[in-house]
Amino acid sequence: MHPAYSVIVFTTFSGTGYGLAALLGLGFIDPSMMSVKAGYFLALALISIGLLSSTLHLANPKNAIRAFSQWRSSWLSREGVLAILTYVPITILAFLSIFMDSSIGWLGIVAAVLAMLTVFSTSMIYGSLRTISLWNTWLTPASYLAFSIASGAVVLNVLVAVFEGNSGNIPQYALLVLVAAWLIKWFWNRRQSEGYGKSSMETATGLGHLGKVRLLERPHMMANYLTREMGFRVARKHASMLWNITIVLALIIPAVSLALAFAMQGSMTAVLLSVIAALCHLIGMLVERWLFFAKAKHAVSLYYGDEALDAA
Amino acid sequence: MTSLPATTNKKLGLVIDLDTCVGCHACVIACKEWNTGGYGNALSDQQPYGANPSGSFLNRIHTFEVVPEDGQVIDQSTEARVVHFPKSCLHCEDAPCVTVCPTGASYKRQEDGIVLVDENKCMGCGLCAWSCAYGAREMDLAAGVMKKCTLCVDRIYNDSLLEIDRIPSCVRTCPAGARHFGDLGDPNSDISKLVEERGGFDLMPEQGNSPTNKYLPPRNRESLAATLPQDEAETTKDITKTADGFFGWVDKTLTKLGSENNQGES
Ligand code: SF4
Ligand code: SF4
Repeated sequence: MHPAYSVIVFTTFSGTGYGLAALLGLGFIDPSMMSVKAGYFLALALISIGLLSSTLHLANPKNAIRAFSQWRSSWLSREGVLAILTYVPITILAFLSIFMDSSIGWLGIVAAVLAMLTVFSTSMIYGSLRTISLWNTWLTPASYLAFSIASGAVVLNVLVAVFEGNSGNIPQYALLVLVAAWLIKWFWNRRQSEGYGKSSMETATGLGHLGKVRLLERPHMMANYLTREMGFRVARKHASMLWNITIVLALIIPAVSLALAFAMQGSMTAVLLSVIAALCHLIGMLVERWLFFAKAKHAVSLYYGDEALDAA
Repeated sequence: MTSLPATTNKKLGLVIDLDTCVGCHACVIACKEWNTGGYGNALSDQQPYGANPSGSFLNRIHTFEVVPEDGQVIDQSTEARVVHFPKSCLHCEDAPCVTVCPTGASYKRQEDGIVLVDENKCMGCGLCAWSCAYGAREMDLAAGVMKKCTLCVDRIYNDSLLEIDRIPSCVRTCPAGARHFGDLGDPNSDISKLVEERGGFDLMPEQGNSPTNKYLPPRNRESLAATLPQDEAETTKDITKTADGFFGWVDKTLTKLGSENNQGES
């Protein structure tokens, strides 16, 4: 699948924002602290940048308002509705924290639940597509949710470290969710070998009973919407190199930095390490999201002779 | 409303005969012509006379080659066969393109099962095209809305056309008679009988879309050997057995040279 930058930015930014908002809402940290005030502000900013970015890939944005109407059947619509709903508790909590140094326990829980439901809906847009076997698994929502929390935790850690000078044992918890998220992602990634799932050129054409099917001539000489949108694939060599880069940036460097930050808590080095962990993690997550799309094969490729699309 | 109707009164659709289609693309052009002036926005092209022409079409013809696993090879012929493969929206009963649509633009009609896009509601997110395994939806880059086969909804009920023309444009045009239109929900319709008779099948049934359109398989062919005169058939499995005289000499000499060359290289 073609990795559209707007969608990559949207899923990573808003995922991080919702994760951060959920952790703040659950009230682990005193709402009067500067880091919580900044955290709410940052969460709202990340969510808003993400949502705005997601409208950039619409070919006809003037009808975007209608996207709230079909929540009965469409995950994309549900995501839209939930995203707007989630603004309500998060904005109230942000107001309470920033201006009154306080919070409301149950509202925080509502915010956290809504935030996670929004992320879940985003992931189900992809996870529910039968045409893309790589995505069509419960591991897709699981990894989106886990990464949302992990990114939120890494960012929360850096906020507390910078504003309060000491993030205590937050790095420890951030490290834990980060590793858990990558464990899920690792299982997800193994599904790549399944290719098109049960579909093949033989089932696509229904000619399997006659023999082995190959494309003799494609229907059009130049690229079209379908080949541009669904046919995108990185050369295998690049995919595995990018995968390694992601693991280094979004797992290894943050994990090591967090572990060291925990060991040296209270020091200036720990603050610096927390910053490094967050920056590398977020850049790595953008690459991870890029690969999420780039690696995915769409069943329609079977009508184009599968491998032939590499050239398109 | 993008929830699917529980049932539809009719199941209008196409039946495509893969045995008869000659791959002339006449239906592709007829479709483009009708639909660029009919339902909704025109079907635009981008750089039609430029270096990188492309455009939206609702019907495309792929061409496949099928090679039987234990197919015979006789002289230069193999039992591989070419199948031209028209592909357009199959007006699925469990159409995922309808349920994923967030705006309510995509819908399936209760009265006849036709799947349509209301272009006034579409926001051009493209998710419906992602959900269609058959590549039946293409975004129109000029209008920014999703395009798909309408089953010529603006022809089939159109009283201002002659009755003979009240069928989809592709069906009306096909010079080979490879395309059929009718109600696949009525077991007594001509088209349902045709499907029954010829063993019509679904594309990618494992995707769970229950397509309405059916495809008729290419008819069986005689084996290559059976098409040859009896005595020839015995000896023709290997080309060299039939070569004698001058060609036999050429074959032997070249074979010998070839094997010497190979030895020289190794
Ligand atoms: S063929 Fe594709 S566009 Fe047509 S109804 Fe089925 S899923 Fe939808
Ligand atoms: S592109 Fe249009 S018709 Fe397709 S899912 Fe989006 S809004 Fe619906």
